Amino acid sequence: MGKYLLRRLLNYAILLFIAVTLTYFLAATQLNPRGLFEVRNPPLDPASIEATLLQYNLSDRVPIMERWWTWFTAVLQGDWGYTVDGGHVNDEIARRMWVSLRLVTVGSILGIVLGVALGAWTATRQYKASDRAATFGSLLILATPILVIATILTILATKFNQATGVRMFEFVGETGDRGGYPLAGLVDRGQHLLLPTIALTLVGIASYSRIQRNLMLDTLGADYVRTARAKGLRKQRAVMKHALRTALIPTGTYFAFSVATLFTGATVTEQIFTFHGMGIYGVQAIQQQNVHGTVAVTAFAGVCTLTGAVLADIMVAILDPRVRLS
Amino acid sequence: MSDQLGNKILMDSEVESAIEEVGSGDAQRPGDVRPTTKRLTRRRLILRRFLRNKLAVAGVGVWIFLILLALVGPMVSPWAFNDVDRRAYLKPPSQQHWFGTTQSGRDVLALTMQGLRKSLLIGLLVALISTTIAALVGSFAAYFGGWTERVALWVVDLLLVIPSFFLIAILVTGGPQGSSSWLLLVLLLAAFGWVLSARVVRSLTLSVKEREYVLAARFMGLAAPKVIIRHILPNISSLLIIDATLGIGGAVLAETTLAFFGFGVQPPDTSLGTLIAEGQRLATTFPWIFLAPATVLVIMVLSVNAIGDGLRDALDPNSQSGGKAA
Repeated sequence: MGKYLLRRLLNYAILLFIAVTLTYFLAATQLNPRGLFEVRNPPLDPASIEATLLQYNLSDRVPIMERWWTWFTAVLQGDWGYTVDGGHVNDEIARRMWVSLRLVTVGSILGIVLGVALGAWTATRQYKASDRAATFGSLLILATPILVIATILTILATKFNQATGVRMFEFVGETGDRGGYPLAGLVDRGQHLLLPTIALTLVGIASYSRIQRNLMLDTLGADYVRTARAKGLRKQRAVMKHALRTALIPTGTYFAFSVATLFTGATVTEQIFTFHGMGIYGVQAIQQQNVHGTVAVTAFAGVCTLTGAVLADIMVAILDPRVRLS
Repeated sequence: MSDQLGNKILMDSEVESAIEEVGSGDAQRPGDVRPTTKRLTRRRLILRRFLRNKLAVAGVGVWIFLILLALVGPMVSPWAFNDVDRRAYLKPPSQQHWFGTTQSGRDVLALTMQGLRKSLLIGLLVALISTTIAALVGSFAAYFGGWTERVALWVVDLLLVIPSFFLIAILVTGGPQGSSSWLLLVLLLAAFGWVLSARVVRSLTLSVKEREYVLAARFMGLAAPKVIIRHILPNISSLLIIDATLGIGGAVLAETTLAFFGFGVQPPDTSLGTLIAEGQRLATTFPWIFLAPATVLVIMVLSVNAIGDGLRDALDPNSQSGGKAA
């Protein structure tokens, strides 16, 4: 198994290298940092523009391979480059990845736990009223972009705040003004996290319950569950021990795969609730013609995806005896 | 991972379930001798199974309505989408403007219909193109095997490493601007949208390619592309139809997210995503600008997904929803 994982890892490293290199070429040719200076009024001296661009390895007059090599050798030493106004990409990333993590952790854990529970439960009640209601609810949420879910939540929260006169829900930023009582900071953070967490949880429940329900339906009808029942196991025990456990394998791998992408996957939520996280940094980098920032975020996302893939591989190896034995 | 999920063999029990269907069509009392010559063609069989799914039938109805709204609506509406009513800025829904007006005095209903037009077009085109790519890449990879397959799978992995959202955003930012830029968007969404389905197509093709009719065609000397297009693809067409249907919703949602960050359809052109993005900024105070396009979008995606689910149940003979004889 060690050799198998090692080979996968090497394959992923090569994939990542090529993907990031291609992204660099894409960003370096499509984005135009020079344009940022050319629109300034009064116009800047072309020579000084060129000097600034050269300083940060952003001049489009330098051949692209040369720029790439300069960039790549720096990246190997852990330096992801600078923006045109001298900001260091490393600092931004180092700060923002934790913002993203704080935003998504609770929501995604709640989403998967509740989603799996709901999916497993509705599968045992197929085509009953509760199953139909849950199915319709999940389909409705999955058809709604998170942008709309989050916005509706803010509209409702505003109504609630106005009606009660208590600022229960906060939806701008990570922290706000806090009271002087003990643990006020924590409560404040909690209030700010409430709405985005609800939004992320809803989406998580919807998608995981769909997946889990379909997987459960397959295993519930399987021969080994029938055998377990025939052997005399109670229905609940047969379902929990044999059907649910088998059906959790694909969900586990799916979760492992998606947990890493959470860092950059919550871009919309970050924007609506003004969390200055990774996803929003990627968007701003593209809008502000920030070549190095863009590449760094996509590389980060790539690392996340592949970490997820490795986790998924390990998860399969641990959970699935068929893989473990072969 | 996706292999396990996608490897349902669709063909096997078709004949059996067809026989069941004929029997189950009308309940016969014992001793009631009636000629049982009523045979259902496959098409009628699928239609019957589809009609049994009320949600899917409702979805078809809604879609016909939406298409009519998008085609005929702008002609009937008293306001064109670019008309400015100087007496009504940011007015809530009223007799004159059913869905209210925007900040610049434009009619929200007219705008929504115009946006719906573009979103429908984007969804349909992207789904069509990406399913075609997926079908061709997946089936050719599986049919030829060896290096072709390895390269195809490798490209699939490469495209999955980095979130396509960022790549599309870079290319839209660097690409040509103007009224036909939405075509570029369609191509980009399709170019990144086919990868996961190609994997499923591949695993299905693997299960079909050793069948007798494929072998027969091959041994009769038919060229490989013809074998694939005439004998393999029609036999996995149910998957392709489902994939294209569900792809419509996916494409529309992807466009919405891109539009939210300004990477979507560019003004003066408009789409549901662009409208939602505009309305979102004022949503807590002037919700109608946001709610009208958002509702239409959710209804549209929900109903197309319902159609997709209905088609899946109707086309997949193993599904539980084939109806019962009782």
